[in-house]
Amino acid sequence: MNASKQEAPERQEIEELLPWHAAGTLSRRDAQRVEDALARDPELARRYALVRDEFAETIHLNETLGAPSARALDKLFTKIDAEPARRHSVSLGLGSRISEFFAGLSPRTLAWSASAAVFAILLQAGLIAGVMLKETKTAGYETASAPTTDPGVGAFTLIRFAPQASSDDITKFLEANKLSIAAGPMAGGLYKVRVAVTGIPKGELARIVKKLQEDKVVGFIATTE
Amino acid sequence: MQTTSDEVLISRIAGGDRLAMQVLYARHHVRVYRFVLRLVRNEATAEDLISDVFLDVWRQAGKFEGRSAASTWMLSIARFKALSALRRRPEKELDDETAEQIEDHADDPETALAKKDKGSALRQCLAKLSADHREIIDLVYYHEKSVEEVAEIVGIPEATVKTRMFYARKKLSELLKEQGIDRGWP
Repeated sequence: MNASKQEAPERQEIEELLPWHAAGTLSRRDAQRVEDALARDPELARRYALVRDEFAETIHLNETLGAPSARALDKLFTKIDAEPARRHSVSLGLGSRISEFFAGLSPRTLAWSASAAVFAILLQAGLIAGVMLKETKTAGYETASAPTTDPGVGAFTLIRFAPQASSDDITKFLEANKLSIAAGPMAGGLYKVRVAVTGIPKGELARIVKKLQEDKVVGFIATTE
Repeated sequence: MQTTSDEVLISRIAGGDRLAMQVLYARHHVRVYRFVLRLVRNEATAEDLISDVFLDVWRQAGKFEGRSAASTWMLSIARFKALSALRRRPEKELDDETAEQIEDHADDPETALAKKDKGSALRQCLAKLSADHREIIDLVYYHEKSVEEVAEIVGIPEATVKTRMFYARKKLSELLKEQGIDRGWP
């Protein structure tokens, strides 16, 4: 008896959520609560069937209401034409402005922007690493395995990334092939990419270039000094 | 295929883009019209109001901050317009319409036959609900609005949204019972 009295408010609370559960507009947490209650309470499940009937018939009723005639649209644009001319500088929300900005970019522009962003990130990472190494030196500690980062040392290729490649694709490509951008973007959107930290035979470099050429991220690739 | 979001369309409308206005209108005008029609119960009035609603969208697009869905924002505007129109309507006209509705659902042979069809009876009873009850049922079931969104559109607390919906459904059961259909609830 006491138990059923304690359950009543909870059932009432769940029952009030049934219409939104039928419409699929509950949060995941509430939807799970309702699902659990429906599984253990047959009476609640029966009432949920009534809700689903109401849901279906409300849609049916609304769908039979028809639509406005084309006059409504004509009338709207007549009224809009009568409005004073609008200046473009309106106070849009930041989110809308960002969405609008990206929506206005072509896939090619986006791809170039992504490439530039990758380069900026790598440059920043390089600067941070440089600062850290410098700090380490001033502290009087140097590891025996510290890499030589002479920009002129190593084996290089020139790469132009495919326009449809995203920044994620490019980052993954660089990581997977243990590559790093040494310079760029240069004329024609080319990047100088280091494929090895030491010089390697020409034949070996050609083989690496051929392999990298097969990746969809690469639009153009050639060896360079 | 990716479609332009309502938010992007509204930001373009704010910049005076008529094509964006046409796209937004095409996307939402039927649902907004039906919402208004269920409130004002007059097709000509509803059609006039639709132009006014979208004209407000055109005028206020720059103020839309995207905190709620565009459809929620538009339904709020539509509701305000519909209620203002109802307030302007002469008492007599309202009385006549109410009378018409009651007559519409009288027990003529067609209605008697419809009673045998539970779905049809349910739709008749949905049409007989009060404006407040019709509105909340439509928003939840047809316009698929969450508790929070209904609260925003109607301007009532979320707890009231839930109880109003509960009482709307309860009233629906009572109307069905009057037509001889006992749902065994409440």
